[in-house]
Amino acid sequence: MINAGAFVYSTGGHPAVSRQDPLVRHIRTHDMFRFLFSRLGLLIPTFFGVTLVAFSFIRLLPGDPLDLLAGERGIDPERKAQLMAQMGFDRPLWEQYLDYLLNIFQGDLGTSFASKKPVLDEFLTLFPATAELALCAIIIAVCLGIPAGIFAAVKRGSVADQAIMGTALVGYSMPIFWWGLLLIILFSGILQWTPVSGRISLMFFFPQVTGFMLIDSLLSGEKGAFLSAVRHLILPSVVLATIPLAVIARQTRSAMLEVLGEDYVRTARAKGLPPFRVIGFHALRNALIPVITTIGLQVGVLLAGAILTETIFSWPGIGKWLVDSISRRDYFVVQGGLLLIAGIIMLVNLIVDLLYGLINPRIRHN
Amino acid sequence: MKMTKALKATLLGVSLATIAATGVSAKTLVYCSEGSPEGFDTALYTAGTTFDASSKPLYNRLVEFKRGTTEVLPGLAESWEVSEDGLEYTFNLRKGVKFHTTSFFTPSRDFNADDVVFSFERQLKKDHAWNQYTAGAAWEYFDGMSMPDLIKEIVKVDDYQVKFVLNRPEAPMLANLAMDFASVLSAEYADKLEADGKMEMLNQEPVGTGPFSFVGYQKDAVIRYNAFADYWGGKQPIDNLIFAITPDAAVRLQKLKAGECHVMPYPAPADIADIQADDSLTMMEQQGLNVGYLAYNTKVAPFDNKNVRKALNHAINKQAILDAVFQGSGQAAKNPIPPTMWSYNDAIEDDAYDPELAKKMLADAGVSDLSMKIWAMPVQRPYNPNARRMAEVMQADFAKVGVDVEIVSYEWGEYLSRSKAEDRDGAVLLGWTGDNGDPDNFLAVLLGCDGVGGSNRAQWCNDEFQALIEKAKTVSDKAERTKLYEEAQVVFKEEAPWGTIAHSVVFMPMSSKVTGYVMDPLGGHWFDGVDIAE
Repeated sequence: MINAGAFVYSTGGHPAVSRQDPLVRHIRTHDMFRFLFSRLGLLIPTFFGVTLVAFSFIRLLPGDPLDLLAGERGIDPERKAQLMAQMGFDRPLWEQYLDYLLNIFQGDLGTSFASKKPVLDEFLTLFPATAELALCAIIIAVCLGIPAGIFAAVKRGSVADQAIMGTALVGYSMPIFWWGLLLIILFSGILQWTPVSGRISLMFFFPQVTGFMLIDSLLSGEKGAFLSAVRHLILPSVVLATIPLAVIARQTRSAMLEVLGEDYVRTARAKGLPPFRVIGFHALRNALIPVITTIGLQVGVLLAGAILTETIFSWPGIGKWLVDSISRRDYFVVQGGLLLIAGIIMLVNLIVDLLYGLINPRIRHN
Repeated sequence: MKMTKALKATLLGVSLATIAATGVSAKTLVYCSEGSPEGFDTALYTAGTTFDASSKPLYNRLVEFKRGTTEVLPGLAESWEVSEDGLEYTFNLRKGVKFHTTSFFTPSRDFNADDVVFSFERQLKKDHAWNQYTAGAAWEYFDGMSMPDLIKEIVKVDDYQVKFVLNRPEAPMLANLAMDFASVLSAEYADKLEADGKMEMLNQEPVGTGPFSFVGYQKDAVIRYNAFADYWGGKQPIDNLIFAITPDAAVRLQKLKAGECHVMPYPAPADIADIQADDSLTMMEQQGLNVGYLAYNTKVAPFDNKNVRKALNHAINKQAILDAVFQGSGQAAKNPIPPTMWSYNDAIEDDAYDPELAKKMLADAGVSDLSMKIWAMPVQRPYNPNARRMAEVMQADFAKVGVDVEIVSYEWGEYLSRSKAEDRDGAVLLGWTGDNGDPDNFLAVLLGCDGVGGSNRAQWCNDEFQALIEKAKTVSDKAERTKLYEEAQVVFKEEAPWGTIAHSVVFMPMSSKVTGYVMDPLGGHWFDGVDIAE
């Protein structure tokens, strides 16, 4: 957590007021709650918007699940009508939508047409795999992206700066599918350093407790399981991290450059503070504000990237599940899955907004 | 939810113990499958991927296809009699057949007639307790094969005899009963699930009589099976079978090369030469039981004139298509059934590629400045790996005879639906892979009068052809049926409702250590009898 006191100085806000003052603390708490409620208030219309988009998106696509199930043979129109009625798809769309909404409030997202299992159960089974992959990817992206961005900013115009930014541009433009396959051929095929795909070696077989393979492999107590899970996670995480890493590195660089030109940094330097303190303490804390927003926005990018990454690495997550369901016109899975993913993105953005508000007083005062 | 998790944990624990008990030297075969099964109650589904993971390792049928052929052999029925009028099929069931004992079910009795009656009646009778046990249960194959119209009743004569009474004679009946939807499930297990209020588990935790028993499925990742020690056909040479779900063909190949799996299906055409050159891999290949075709709409002018259709068939350069689309792994088609199918009429002469003749025939038919549409499927199929490319080659071919072609395409579901319309504008690229090895499964489904407005995309209803295939369906003598189907193919060629394009070759790469694998002409993947050399 970033110390609010630093921003009294950095923003030039109220240098005369002590942060211990109870009145100031009260105002800050009040501001924070007002900010929280305003953000929460926005979630309600967004939620309804998402339900409407998720519901209509899959129904606007041509084709229906029965035609696809019947394939080249086709299905008798009378029988098709009977089955559509059986599944409730013959009713007016508004009625189906209302049903969908009512069921959401009862925690029922419907049943998959393909697997015949509740959509929520399927999501909960698959989501930990995607979450584990996305978390590892974002950790890689942050841990490499921020230092790279800082380094490039500090060494602005140098060969290192150009090399880092050039690499970031390449990373940002990288076609994920091609990149994943290239890494598999090199590291799994030729060098044989990493396994080709999957989450863990097939010789390990233990109960799923959390769904997070790194944790479950540790809980299993089986020798070598954790290491196997780590080895399986490396390539897909790197592939998924590529674009966010590039974005974070570029964002950090530009934010740092802006901050490094500020008066207070010059003042800190003039005071004779060592460079690492000026950069790592005075400059970075302020430069991180836009970077945090960028990291929050990467959640959507990660989930979109997960679709391709999961397909390449046979990763049993929600990305591939959703794509398969779209091609099968599995209405309930698509509308339920989209809603849950949108919910996660909204939640992450809310947290980022709050965090942003917390570390940047100007935002919550406005 | 909690119950499911606890059950899974127990299941996996037991399985671990089972694997441990078999020792570290247990032989495990890993199959890099191309997709996830939708469920494990085969009859609910139509996808080959689901059949590979459910009906083939886990279940048996009354009759089975002899591996590598479409010949029907005894399965759970040791023998059968067909009444003279062809309306009654009496099956004598095999005794001493065990159902799988798993962590979730221990059978108290052997397989008997109750299991057969249960497996079919749930699909046949709308008021059966198991007809709608899961949301949207459609029994699509059972209905698609016209079983509800065909089967009058299924009678349990005694514990080891079952009689199927039909409404009309149906020569392909036995072949139909060897299909995946006819897999036999345990009635005792179903009763237990019903009593426990967990009917939906029938589709998630399967129990069968097949060569492998179900251990566990981690969605979209891994399916595990153990060889069933009490299998009536004898224990399998391997101890464990694992399906590692790997959707991308290039990644499947990398896994095969890295030794992470032993067998993979559906290699990318571009990789075939590379695989064939690799000494550590074996590439099996077989003529697919399929046909790719261009169906004219015979109800719309000028395609209602058989001479126009014939002329266009003479304009198609099949060799160019084989080279460009099948990359050499196909065979030009002259008949609507593949050459590996019985009754294939090899005496028929194909419409040779002859643009000059085509031009003349069009002129003779009074057709000039013809513009037409060719529909190109948006998906890859064994009978047509790249429809768009195929349509482009045809577009160039037809341009040479003065026919202007516009290529159209729709999303797959929409394509299937719209192409059925009787007033459809244009000729459709489509195809078919056989279900049961019977010519009726091609000729009646794709070209019969009942299929007009449906699976008969040429909208072609020819009295002579129809009479021949209808007669063949009611005759039980195979030689006579062969003759009738051969005649039907002559009528087909003469009338030209389709441009027959190609039959594809199916490839199956595997580790050189794998022995005993037999390719299935119907496109399934079977692992009974397969071994791994030490």
